[in-house]
Amino acid sequence: MSEPILKVRDLYRTYDIAGGLFRKATTLTAVKGVSFDVERGSTLAVVGESGCGKSTLARMLTMIDAQSSGTIEIDGLPIDISKTGISKDMRQKVQIVFQNPYGSLNPRQKIGDVLEEPLLLNTDMGAAERRDMALEMLQKVGLQPEHYGRYPHMFSGGQRQRIAIARAIMMKPKLLVLDEPVSALDLSVQAQILNLLADLQDEMGLTYVFISHDLSVVRYIADKVMVMYFGEVVEYGTRDEVFDNPQHDYTKTLFAATPRADVESIRKRLAAKAA
Amino acid sequence: MTKTSPVDTAAVETLKSESRNATRAMLAEFWYYFSQNKGAVIGLVIFVLLVLMAVFAPLIAPHDPDFQYRDSFLAPPFWEEGGKAAFLLGTDAVGRDILSRLIFGARFSLFIGLVVVTIALTGGIVIGLVAGYMRGAVDTLIMRVMDIILSFPSLLLALVLVAILGPGLTNAMIAIAIVLQPHFVRLTRAAVLSERNRDYVVAARVAGAGHLRLMFKTILPNCLAPLIVQATLSFSNAILDAAALGFLGMGAQPPTPEWGTMLAEAREFILRAWWVVTFPGLAILITVLAINLVGDGLRDALDPKLKRS
Repeated sequence: MSEPILKVRDLYRTYDIAGGLFRKATTLTAVKGVSFDVERGSTLAVVGESGCGKSTLARMLTMIDAQSSGTIEIDGLPIDISKTGISKDMRQKVQIVFQNPYGSLNPRQKIGDVLEEPLLLNTDMGAAERRDMALEMLQKVGLQPEHYGRYPHMFSGGQRQRIAIARAIMMKPKLLVLDEPVSALDLSVQAQILNLLADLQDEMGLTYVFISHDLSVVRYIADKVMVMYFGEVVEYGTRDEVFDNPQHDYTKTLFAATPRADVESIRKRLAAKAA
Repeated sequence: MTKTSPVDTAAVETLKSESRNATRAMLAEFWYYFSQNKGAVIGLVIFVLLVLMAVFAPLIAPHDPDFQYRDSFLAPPFWEEGGKAAFLLGTDAVGRDILSRLIFGARFSLFIGLVVVTIALTGGIVIGLVAGYMRGAVDTLIMRVMDIILSFPSLLLALVLVAILGPGLTNAMIAIAIVLQPHFVRLTRAAVLSERNRDYVVAARVAGAGHLRLMFKTILPNCLAPLIVQATLSFSNAILDAAALGFLGMGAQPPTPEWGTMLAEAREFILRAWWVVTFPGLAILITVLAINLVGDGLRDALDPKLKRS
């Protein structure tokens, strides 16, 4: 249980910003020297404000973008797509679920085709076998078999996110990167999706990298927490360590900024306002 | 490994019918928005009648379009003084029945529209997809070439091309297709640019889709709406341009009963016999108007921004 499935060492990602008439060309470093391990079957939550490099990190882990330097190793397989390209093996290790369930499904593709696409592209299964797997997966994420032939616009946000999750785990990946998977959903649906994710993790032995800015969600799902600030990791530890005893100033500010809705804190705030 | 399949044959049937229902619902929604636009429905009816007329021309036409009735040159329409019931819309200068020629002419006009739009659309989609998907130098090169083509007045460019290729209906169609192509390229490229960074495209890439699959199966179906509208409008444009080329003697050659060519032949009789120019002109007008109305309705039905939901 303790061997790491994802090893990231000293990861950098820089973007070149083209110069204009009045600006010099500069480089922007989105991720600066990030290192961490994720153990098999556990959940690492990555927390930070907008623009701190969380999504860039997710894009590198899922092989959408290449890293500028540093190493990523997933399940013993080194990942460096700028040098070696992507093999089918690598693709089966890691998948991603996006934040916005309204944009992540092709509006002209029926749900069945959405789910079968990874199988069609990466395996040589027959059509019937693919359909059986897709139907099985629909049931696993809490949808009905008759949803198989429908279009994405016929579903609610929560259902779409279930479909996106189903697509991501069709290939039975080892690692699933969740890029703010619940922040576009309303609260009750958030809870359902989080429970689904927890069930799937138990059932399939998935490892999650869970990107979020919602601390209450992180507290619910994470085993380990990593706080990023301007591309750097400022805090990295188990959930209890980070939540109970934050070390870095930014983490403290972040926790302090979490809105509280109990009567005591509202009274305090009103009193502060009146004074 | 024996795994019990979650579906038996009966369930497969229900799945298929569900899938058909979903497709049908999409079509029903499309028809709902299309039929809200009364002009578009009228245009569609006229267009369907035109197509039927073209297909069944030999059955409908009262006379052979090329047969010259030596005893009735420039006979007026039947309601005018001196008109004959045999020639409902009169005859032209060499005694051919105008109504029959118009009916057969519909074949040429629709054929021209279809061929031109097919060539321009396929070419435009492929070039536009490549430009929008690849970006960079390829994009710049393609778009500048298209800008150059666009900077010529369209009929002038078509004339030059026909002059190079030689007059004739086929060459005229090729010339018009080349002239109309840049519009499709620009439209496709713009649509591809807005779609290519959407999450579902990235998701397909993560799932392992190659460049060709991404371009044609993932991105293209989501770019089709503006292209369909542009295709209908280009259809009428092609008919107009072909008629103009025919009028200038560069398109279909006499005695082909093409509407533009008919106008050209009738030029010298404009003052003496109004019917030889009026009816081909009306035919062009009605066809183009009907197709433009359909195009308008398609835009209402396909553009999500215009939907009144």
